[in-house]
Formats: sequence, structure tokens, C-alpha cells
Amino acid sequence: MTKEHEQVDEGRRSFLGTAAGVAAVSVAPGVILHTVTAAPRSEAVTDAVRWGMLIDTAKCADGCTACVTACERENGLDLQVKPEGEAAKKWDMQRSVWIRKVKLEDNLTRRVTNLPMLCQHCEHPPCVDVCPTGASFKRADGIVMVDRHTCIGCRYCMMACPYKARSFIHQAVAEKLTRAPRGKGCVESCNLCVHRRDNGEASTACVDACASAGHHAMVFGDLKDPQSAVSKALAGAASRQIRADLDLNTGVRYSGI
Amino acid sequence: MANAVVRGLLAVAGLAWALGALAGPARETFVAPQSKAAGLTSCVEPTDFMRRNHMELIKHERHIVVHQGIRDSKYSLAGCVECHVAYGPDKKPVSVHAEGQFCSRCHEYAAVDVNCFGCHSTVPNAAQGNAALSGDYGPDMAQIQGKGAGVGGDTP
Repeated sequence: MTKEHEQVDEGRRSFLGTAAGVAAVSVAPGVILHTVTAAPRSEAVTDAVRWGMLIDTAKCADGCTACVTACERENGLDLQVKPEGEAAKKWDMQRSVWIRKVKLEDNLTRRVTNLPMLCQHCEHPPCVDVCPTGASFKRADGIVMVDRHTCIGCRYCMMACPYKARSFIHQAVAEKLTRAPRGKGCVESCNLCVHRRDNGEASTACVDACASAGHHAMVFGDLKDPQSAVSKALAGAASRQIRADLDLNTGVRYSGI
Repeated sequence: MANAVVRGLLAVAGLAWALGALAGPARETFVAPQSKAAGLTSCVEPTDFMRRNHMELIKHERHIVVHQGIRDSKYSLAGCVECHVAYGPDKKPVSVHAEGQFCSRCHEYAAVDVNCFGCHSTVPNAAQGNAALSGDYGPDMAQIQGKGAGVGGDTP
């Protein structure tokens, strides 16, 4: 009796073998799809990619603002105008900035470090946790951004962000770009040039500008693709997350700090 | 024979009626004569459908653009602006949200206050860099000066 149970069921084994073969075949195109970029503009973004960046602070030059200027041009931030009668100092504090230069000085050694600070595109973004409307969200491909259609301008996300990466638009926007709509009453921040991502372009405005300024301090790419430039750079150099203690798993990493 | 004559007369009468209906007074339209849309027979969907449902189409489209990154949709606000924008005598695009222009004319009539253009551009400038903007780009403010509005006065 027991022997019957112990006998190998050849029919079942061959069926499983075939099933495994079919599974292998159907998995293979998925694997190939990972390396070939999806058709730009027409397909929904997936979590097969996670966009990220490595910034080498040793190459970030003191006084250079190429990344900041390029970001402003790309996203229409240079079209901002100071409201009449507003104090220059207040305007400097309030105007939208998606990427800014930060200079650090070690109190003990006097070593000075320059770095660009932008949205860190966390895997677990605090801004998304606190948003009461779901306007602050993380796209499948890891980009943390604001859906301005649902943003009510409460600025809770600005309070939650440990990186001070977000800005609020206080005044009506007279001039805006088709590729980067922005208007009064919404919070905004770096979205890794999301229009470029959707068009299948290779890089962001800041990374391009850094390279054309000759510094090559920023590398952009897919963190999930081991062959991407950013993955190779991360594998080859010691890097840190800023405020790693918060366990946010940031998409933007820094080396040399 | 008599039957054939009657049929022939009926066919002629029918044809005359059809031609008369086609050549009858054109329906009033808000499409700007100089816009790209003026040269097309219909919008992305039949005109009657668009008149009633254009807002539903772009409301759905905005979600898939922002959340899924699908930007080749048949329906897009940028597409509306590009096709419906009129050009002034100086060949510069005139804001679709300016008084008397395509979007605002009908919305004013229907007492609808849209806030699309609080954020979205009211003239096509997709292919231009900012350098080109200073020359070609008609800021919205210029279009609403007649209304005596200040900066961003067209924002609801």
C-alpha cells in the first residue's frame, strides 16, 4: 500500500517539468525587458527601475552653480518674479528652489565640503506619510513628487522633510512652461526631471550641466540595473545617505562626506 | 414607367434637401479662425461629444500622466492649447485663457471658472527653451492687461 504512494508519479513529474519550462520562457522576456527601456510616453512606469543619483562631493566645485541654473531653466523656476513691494530678503527665503548648494565646514578640521542638496527621493518618504490628500506620492519608478491637482497647499510635507527640499508657491505664476506646470498654492520639489524620464531621455538637467561644466560630480541612473553608470559608481566608491539614521533609503547618495 | 418617374423625382427632391441642409447656416463656433483647430473637421472626438465631455477626458488623462508617466494620450491639455491657440497680428500666440479666446469665451458664457491655467501654460511652448521664450512667448499678463488685472490676475 505504502509503496504505491512512494512511487514516482511520472505523469506529474513530466507535467511539472513542462510547467517549469514554460515559466522559464515567460520569465525570460521580463528579464530582457528590464535592460531594454520601456516604450517612452506610452507605457505606465514600473518598479523595474528606481531612479537615483550619486553625488561626489570631492568633485563639486566651490562657487559653481551650474546644476542650480540648469534646474531653474528646465523647470521654469527662472521665470519667477519678485512680487512688487516684497523685501528682497523675504523673497530670497520664499522663492522656489528645487536644488541648492550647501557648504559644510568641519568645526574641528576646517575641511570644507560643497554639495548640491535636492529631494533625496526616499524609498520611505516622510512627505508621503504625512500628506492628507495623497498629493505627495512616490511613483512606481521611485520618483517622489507632488500631484498638484490634489495638493491643497497645507505644507505638512515641508515640515516632514528632513532635507528641506520642498518649496511652496506663494504667488500666482504668470509665466509657466508646458513641460513643467506650476502655480500658486502648491508645494513643489525636484522630480528628477520627470518629463525627461517619460520621454526616455538619459539624464537630468542638473547632471548634464555638471558634466558640461567639466566637474562630473553627479551620476544619474537606474539603481536597480547593476550595469547602469550610477550602480557602477556606487559599487566603486564609499557613499553615504544623509540622515541615514532615519532609515529612509534615499535614492540620492553622496560620496566624500 | 410612372413608378420610375416618381422614384426619379423623389431622388432629386431628396438630394436637393440634403444639399440645402449642408449649405444651411453654419453652427456658431468659438474656434479661433487662425488656430490649427480651424482647419480640422473635428476635435479628437466628435464636436458634440467634446463640448460636453472635454473636462472628463482631461481629468482622467491628468492622472495617468502624473502617476503613470503615460504622455502620448490622445487627450491632453497641452494638445488643447497647441491646437486651439490663436495667433495675433505679430504672429505671437495669444493666451487661450485671455478674454474672448477659445477657452475663456465659452467658459465665460457658461459661468465656469476653471483653474487649469493657474499652473498650465496658456500658449504652446513645449519645444522652446527659456532663451526663446523671452522673444516668442506671450506672457499671460500681457493678454489680461485690458482687464486691469495685475500679476497672475487670471488665476481664480
